[in-house]
Amino acid sequence: MYFPKRTSYRDDLRLFPDRFTLWQYLALFAGLLLLPLAADGYILSQATFVFIYGIVAVGMMLLVGYTGQISLGHAAFFAVGAYTAAVLQSRGMAFLPAFVAAGALSGVVGIIIGLPALRVKGVYLAMATLSFAFIVEEVIVRWSSVTRGNRGMTVNDPVIFGLKLSGPVHMYYLSCVVFWLVMLVVINVLRSRTGRALSALRDSDVAAESMGINLAKFKTTAFAISAVATGLAGALYAHKLSYISPEQFGIMVSVEFLMMIIIGGLGSLHGAVFGAMFFIVLPQIIVGIKNYLPTRIAELPVLESVSFGVLVILFVLFEPRGLNGYWVRLKTYVSLFPFYRRGMFKRNKIASSDLIKH
Amino acid sequence: MNEFLQQLVSGIAVGCVYALVALGFVLIYKATDIVNFAHGEVMMVGAFLGLTFIEILKLPYWIGLLLAIACMTVFGMLLNRFLLRPLAGQGILAVIVVTLGLSILLRAFASVIWGPETFALQTPFYNRVVRVGEVVLSQEHVAIIVLTIVLVAALYAFFRYSRIGIAMQATSENQLAAYYVGIPVQKVHSLIWALGAATAGVAGIMLAPIAFVQVNMGYVGLKAFPAAVLGGFGSIPGAIVGGVIIGVVESMAVLYLPEGINNVAAYILLLLVLMVRPQGLFGIQSKRRV
Repeated sequence: MYFPKRTSYRDDLRLFPDRFTLWQYLALFAGLLLLPLAADGYILSQATFVFIYGIVAVGMMLLVGYTGQISLGHAAFFAVGAYTAAVLQSRGMAFLPAFVAAGALSGVVGIIIGLPALRVKGVYLAMATLSFAFIVEEVIVRWSSVTRGNRGMTVNDPVIFGLKLSGPVHMYYLSCVVFWLVMLVVINVLRSRTGRALSALRDSDVAAESMGINLAKFKTTAFAISAVATGLAGALYAHKLSYISPEQFGIMVSVEFLMMIIIGGLGSLHGAVFGAMFFIVLPQIIVGIKNYLPTRIAELPVLESVSFGVLVILFVLFEPRGLNGYWVRLKTYVSLFPFYRRGMFKRNKIASSDLIKH
Repeated sequence: MNEFLQQLVSGIAVGCVYALVALGFVLIYKATDIVNFAHGEVMMVGAFLGLTFIEILKLPYWIGLLLAIACMTVFGMLLNRFLLRPLAGQGILAVIVVTLGLSILLRAFASVIWGPETFALQTPFYNRVVRVGEVVLSQEHVAIIVLTIVLVAALYAFFRYSRIGIAMQATSENQLAAYYVGIPVQKVHSLIWALGAATAGVAGIMLAPIAFVQVNMGYVGLKAFPAAVLGGFGSIPGAIVGGVIIGVVESMAVLYLPEGINNVAAYILLLLVLMVRPQGLFGIQSKRRV
């Protein structure tokens, strides 16, 4: 297995490994800012969804990929964020405070949902979070004096300092900015002491605890940060769709979030973004392929979910490092050219058996 | 009082369905370490097979039931061979994701093969009642309870007295030791999957008259988790008792608690159990060596 070599502790702490990478990211950021000049509304909308799901994926990645806590309850945070933003603004609150409140409230819900994590782990935690998500969904359906229940609510366009953000371009910039802010926060959490504590408790909670890491504190922190990110994404999602109803936040949404980061590749923020991109692009690819399929197959309504399910199974069985694994290999190939060897990323059966053990 | 008893019996009947799903789920978990999040969908496949044989091919109920069970046995073995065996040794997250993926696939295939409509399954017990004194009980419910008792008794005898049943117990207890004493562990795993799928299939067919056969009936299978956790994950009697308790609690919630709570009662119970007594009613708290 190939690892890039680090020679000093400072290498671990750096935001960017070298100047060149910094320029790459700046170029990427500039490119994203200029994209509305080149792309039409449809592409911008899809890009906006990539950002929104990217925020979710980054939050999920912190919790599942780096802290090793399995959550099947992120649809609940998404819903809490969306509904908080929608309800507060329908009662006359401005966008920014409502947006912050959406993040804060889902953070609080995250801490509550994270409580079982203090006692149980693995599959029990998956079930506990799943149960919470069911309960939150039911609360939204039944609390119709606030949420309008199954009839759903319409969401107004956000207004920031008197500027009304409507249309795909504005939403694109808004979610782009939020995405980079969330990304920055998560990167900084991960390269700090907290981040190392999180990885330590993922790899062995007993070892981490015996080294003085307060498990309860760090697990709760991870749940809270992850929930805040997902809640903010939920608020953006509500504004983007301008209509929300409980069935948009069903249990399958949590499952899709989890699959998104698995396909992207666990334990890497690149992977989270790849997963989000894949999640948005896959339906487009399927639409494209449909023309080449026999009509009987092409007309099946389940094509999307089938390909998603099949892909996730194939990834887990054959490429557990997900899309990010391909990316890393490509990068290494280019940077080491012509010295790349085939076996460099051969999986070590024991070490790669999985990031998360029982 | 009458209403209470009727609700109680219907709760026990639904609970029996949960119990059977949970039973298969726990069997598979104990023996193969696979937590099957698709067990509800396996149950759905069983219900659709029953529907095919009984409603579409117009076979007599009992023959249709037996045929469906036979198909489910094969189905369980195939799942094990081609999907779950390659997962051996992978972490819990991989297992969860693969079985969730499987549940998506099964739902999709079912909606392609049988269509997204809801179907009704006619049974010999349809619209008949049993009178016990003053109380009028639906024969449907009583039949489910009786069938479950018979099935559980048969399974008990199977595990207690048959050679292969004892081999299954040994494999669940300690796989390595089972290998050493000459038990064909992989074959046993296949059989356990067959058994788990078959019990789920029976549960699905029994649930059909109460809840209709449809693609999303697998969500009922998610109630097998609270049942299994309540009984102590990995305890077979626990799964059965847990399932019945969940069914009863749900039906009591319909009667006495505000609307909507019955939908989530099982999950509230699961959270309470995890907070108060994570090892469940019958579980043994295992200590892990570092």
